[in-house]
Amino acid sequence: MGEQTLLEAEDLHLHFGGVSALSGVGFTLAQGELHAMIGPNGAGKTSVLNVISGIYRPQAGRLRFAGRNLLDLKPYQVAQAGIARSFQNIELFQHMSVLDNLLVGRHRWIKAGVLACGLFLGRGRRQEIAHRRRAEEIIDFLEIEHIRHARVGNLPYGLQKRVELGRALALEPKLLLLDEPVAGMNVEETEDIARFILDIKEELGITILLVEHDMRLVMDISDRVTVLDFGKKIAAGTPQEVARNQAVIEAYLGEPHEAA
Amino acid sequence: MGRTFHSSYAEEMALFQSDWARAWMAIFLALLLGVPALLGPYLLSVLNLAGVAVIGAIGLNLLIGTTGQISLGHVAFIACGGYTTAILAERFGLPFWLLIPASGCVAALIGLVVGVPSLRLEGFYLAMATLAAAFIIEYVYAHWESLTAGTTGMKVARPTLAGAPLESSLAFFYFQLPWVIGATLFAKNLTRTKVGRAWVAIRDRDISAETLGIDLTHYKLVAFIVSAFYGGVAGSLYVYYLKTVSPEHFTFALMIEYIAMLIVGGVGSILGSIFGAVFITLLPEALRLVTDLLRDDYPVLSFRFLYVKQGIYGLIIILFLLFKPDGCFGWWQDVKRYWQTWPYKHS
Repeated sequence: MGEQTLLEAEDLHLHFGGVSALSGVGFTLAQGELHAMIGPNGAGKTSVLNVISGIYRPQAGRLRFAGRNLLDLKPYQVAQAGIARSFQNIELFQHMSVLDNLLVGRHRWIKAGVLACGLFLGRGRRQEIAHRRRAEEIIDFLEIEHIRHARVGNLPYGLQKRVELGRALALEPKLLLLDEPVAGMNVEETEDIARFILDIKEELGITILLVEHDMRLVMDISDRVTVLDFGKKIAAGTPQEVARNQAVIEAYLGEPHEAA
Repeated sequence: MGRTFHSSYAEEMALFQSDWARAWMAIFLALLLGVPALLGPYLLSVLNLAGVAVIGAIGLNLLIGTTGQISLGHVAFIACGGYTTAILAERFGLPFWLLIPASGCVAALIGLVVGVPSLRLEGFYLAMATLAAAFIIEYVYAHWESLTAGTTGMKVARPTLAGAPLESSLAFFYFQLPWVIGATLFAKNLTRTKVGRAWVAIRDRDISAETLGIDLTHYKLVAFIVSAFYGGVAGSLYVYYLKTVSPEHFTFALMIEYIAMLIVGGVGSILGSIFGAVFITLLPEALRLVTDLLRDDYPVLSFRFLYVKQGIYGLIIILFLLFKPDGCFGWWQDVKRYWQTWPYKHS
């Protein structure tokens, strides 16, 4: 593979007291790929995302992003380094409008302090207007023009998921972490999100790490798949390779019984 | 009234969206400038105290309502501002245009220190920590006799403008008005731009805020600093107007009044802070009117006026929490929505 490596995780160990969430997980994300991470419930998929985001600090292991050690960074510094994420349970700012949620995503790009914001003159005002325009591009991209001024808490679930995707995109990340973006969605909504994810990869060129239970979606759109079970990596490869892997089948369906 | 359409983002982000809004604001300003000239000195003094309360309440609302950091230390910041003005005016005879911002800065510095526990504590525990800090600050200014004259208090001269001291309440009203308007506009701009969005983000979902690149430490402390600065400015104007300062001006009962302003006005809203500050300042005067009317039949009421006042504050807080948790600001929005769709209902 001649591709450039964007993120490199090696031998990550994470445990809470006696409970081991990750034991020796390692994987690499190539620049521009759509990498899925799957596994049964409790396999440690979300833990991997939380370690990358800086929410959990692993007890051992190495994690490098674009040549930089991520494990020393706080969550806000990880975001400023160019990693955005969505959450399994929607974590939007419920009392804000869709537009304001996206503008929070622009936070790291807006250069203004308390004085510039409070006076709203000159540079502070120009910055706000410029980033208002950038937020509108994301609104166009995700086709949410009709709800841009709606309060997020009043929106249906599917649209909230889409707004959360938009908020992550507003950060203009190099790497996007998606935690079950289609959980609880119907077929039509799932197809919409799948189309957006592919557009994000192809049009915006953003590398994506996708955690998802919807196997059809994972098999359809991902370039490579890593499979976790009980905090260990049990397989990795293209969707076709993984689907044929005996260890993966056993993890999902259980081990075959000895024929009686 | 139809919908407003915008043809640029600059237009959409203007503070006053339509000609109607601008016209109403002009009428309101004209009333604010004109009506006080017709009022008696007593009502004017109430109005001046309301102006101080507006600045103080906006400051507290930025911290509690916008950022979600419960603080019971606000009155200590107001006291710091008040004492800074009194001490620097007495010792060095500095002019008001230096002292008002300086009082804000001293309070802001203390706010920074008091805000440090917010990095670790939340909700009830933060309320207790800030309350403890307030008691420490109170102890200092009540007992540092060589600096603050302790419980005796200090006299403060009214600010002088063009050589003449602003002795009348009317003159002080016009002196104070630009500070109140400036503080309001600054806070309004803060809440609708980057800093305000970061604060609301921290209040609503701090983990999300952090994963979007918002430094929680920085923005929580900034909220404490800005809030305390507002408190300091309010304290400075307060002692300038009262012409005196002593520990009894900054009691825990005043803290309860400020909390009542937020709840009655609307937590998290600048306009609500103004409604609440005016309402709570005018309330005792309205109560006094009622108790005076009832004096002949129930003399005990005016005799025990102070206790009645405290009880009514408590009752009003409870009633608002139960029946109108979004405060007067909620009523304001209801009325506005009604007129926007009148006479046809749509959307």
